[in-house]
Amino acid sequence: MGSYLDGSQPAPFGRADGDSRLRGAGGPGSKPSAGFMDRQGSSFADFLAAYSPGLLPGRTPVPGIPAGDGQVLRDLPHATTIVAAACEHGVVLAGDRRATSGSMISKRDVDKVFRSDEYSAIGYSGTGSLGMDVIRAFQVELEHYEKMEGRPLSLEGKANRLAWMIRGNLPAAMQGFIVVPLFVGYDEDADRGRIFSYDPLGGPYEEHRFYSIGSGSVFARGSLKKLYADDMPVRDAVLACVQALYDAADDDSATGGPDLTRRIFPVIATVTADGYRRLSEAESEDYAEQVVQARMSEPDGPSAPLRAAG
Amino acid sequence: MSMPFYVSPEQSMRDKADYARKGIARGRSCVALKYAGGILMVAPNPSSALHKISELYDRIAFAAVGRYNEYENLRKAGVTYADITGYQFDRRDVTARGIANWYAQTLGTIFTESNKPFEVEIVVAEIGRQATDDQIYRITFDGSVSDEPGFVAFGGQADQVSAVLKERYRDSLSLAEAFAAALAALAAPSNGEQRPDVVAAQLEVAVLDRARDHRTFRRIRAARLEELIGEVRAAEQKAAEQKAAEQAAEQKAAEAAEAAEAAEAADSPEETPADASAPDEPADPAGAAPPIGPDAADSDRGSGQGNGDQTPPSPL
Repeated sequence: MGSYLDGSQPAPFGRADGDSRLRGAGGPGSKPSAGFMDRQGSSFADFLAAYSPGLLPGRTPVPGIPAGDGQVLRDLPHATTIVAAACEHGVVLAGDRRATSGSMISKRDVDKVFRSDEYSAIGYSGTGSLGMDVIRAFQVELEHYEKMEGRPLSLEGKANRLAWMIRGNLPAAMQGFIVVPLFVGYDEDADRGRIFSYDPLGGPYEEHRFYSIGSGSVFARGSLKKLYADDMPVRDAVLACVQALYDAADDDSATGGPDLTRRIFPVIATVTADGYRRLSEAESEDYAEQVVQARMSEPDGPSAPLRAAG
Repeated sequence: MSMPFYVSPEQSMRDKADYARKGIARGRSCVALKYAGGILMVAPNPSSALHKISELYDRIAFAAVGRYNEYENLRKAGVTYADITGYQFDRRDVTARGIANWYAQTLGTIFTESNKPFEVEIVVAEIGRQATDDQIYRITFDGSVSDEPGFVAFGGQADQVSAVLKERYRDSLSLAEAFAAALAALAAPSNGEQRPDVVAAQLEVAVLDRARDHRTFRRIRAARLEELIGEVRAAEQKAAEQKAAEQAAEQKAAEAAEAAEAAEAADSPEETPADASAPDEPADPAGAAPPIGPDAADSDRGSGQGNGDQTPPSPL
C-alpha cells in the first residue's frame, strides 16, 4: 500500500534514521522510522523505547562512574521522607520539603508528591533529578494509556507499570542513582485507598494501612504505628501524616519539619472517590500549625495509651 | 506484469480527491463551535464506544468523520505526537497549531504518495486562557488546513449544516444555546426529514471546558446530556410560544388598527370607536380562533363525508 504504511513518511523532530534502538546510528540497511502512525500498543514508555530510548529515564548509561564512588552521588540533591496512610474511602500521601546533598540542605521547598492521574498520587525519595524524570514519564504513561484506550488502567495495572519503569532505571540504580517511589491510589471496585511500595529494582509491594519511605521513614513509620487507626476520617489521616513527618524531622537530619519562618509546609495530597486533591497552602499550613502548637507543650507529640483499652 | 496506462498527475489527483470526497459524504456531519465557557463538539454517533470526538491533550480535542480505522489511527498518532512533545518540552508547548500542522503533513503525504487517500476529515480544537485565544483547525483528506472562525461543520452534508450553524452562531453563546445551535444544524440535512428525533444515545457530545484546570476535555453523556437536551427543548418551546404570542399580538394590533380605521371612516368626530374596539381586544384571541375553527370544520366536513371516525362537523 502506501509509503506511510511501510514507514517512509517523515518523522517529526528530524528523526529519519533507522533502527530506533541505535538512535543517531542510521547505518546502511536501517529501516526508516514509522513516525507516529500505526501505533499498536498503548504504552508510552514502550513507544519511547522504540522511538527514542534516550528519552526514557535511567536508560542513559552514566559512563565512567564505578559503583560505590560516593562523592558525586552524595553531592546530588536527594529527596527524603514520604508518608502514606489509608483512610476512610481513600488515602493520604504527604511529603516533607527538604532535599539534601550529603550533609547540606540543597533545597527547602522541594515538591515530592504529585498527581499521577485523576485517581492516584505518587511521591519519591532518592536522587532528585532522576526521580523527577521517572515521575514525569509515569504521569505521561498513565495519561497516554487512558487516551489511547479510552479508559484508565486499573490500579494494579498502574502499580505494575511503575514497577516496570523503576526496573528500567536498573543501570543507574546499580551505580547508586536510586529512585524509590511510593504510589497510592483509590480503588473504585473496593472503595478504598491502596498503597504500593517499591525497592530500587521495582516491585510493587502492596502495603496495608500506612507506609513511609526515605531517610526519615523509620521514625515516621514508628510514629504512624502509634497514631494510626483503621478507617480514620481523611482529616485525621492527614493530621497523623503531618505528625509522622514532624517526628521524622525531629530525629532525621535529612527530613525538614514545618518551616514557620519561611511559611514552608508539607505537601499533602488526598485521593478519594472525588479524585486527586492537593491541599492548598493554607490548609497544610493549618495542619502544620496545629501540630507545632501542640508540640510546644508536648515536644514528643501525642502519646499512645500504654495498655490496650478494655 | 503489464505496463499501466499513463495517467496524468492532474487526473490521478482528481480521482483520488473524488474518491475521498465520496467516502466522506456517506457519513453524517459533525460540528464544533465556541461557546462562552470553551468549545463544544457534537456528532451523531450511535456507538458509545467508538468515538468520533476525543481528547488529544490538556486543552486540545480531536473530532473526525469518515472511516473509523483511518481516523482512529490519526487520533492515536496525534495523542502520541502531543504526549511526546509535552514530555520532551513542557505541557504548554503542545499546541493545536503544531498538531494541525503535523496532521496536514501526514495527510498530505498520504494523499500524494499512496494509491488510496484517507477518507477522513478532522478538526483539532484548542481552548485558550481567554475566549479570544480559542482555535479551531479543520484538516481535510488532502492535507489542507483551515483556521475556522467560531464554528465548523464537517463531514457528510457539511454545507447545509454549516448554513444553519452560521445563522444561529454568535459570540459568547451559553452551553445550552450552543448545543441548541448544534442540534438545529445537525437536524437540517437536505434529504427531506426535517428533524430526526434527538436521542441522547445517538449523540456524542464533548466539551473543552475553560473552567477546569489540567485536563479540560469532558464528555457529556447520559444524565447530563439528557438534562442538556431537556434545556434545549424547554428553550425551544418557550421561544415558539413567545413567537406565537408575538404573532397573535401583531395580528391583534393589525385587527385593532383595521377596526379603528373602519370605525374612524364610519363616524369621524367621535373618539369612542377606538374605545369600543379596546374592550374587544381581550376577546380577540377567541375571535381569532374562529377563523381557524370554521376552516377546520370545513375541511372536516369535506373529508368527514366518507370518514366515519372523523368527528362529526360541529353545527356552527
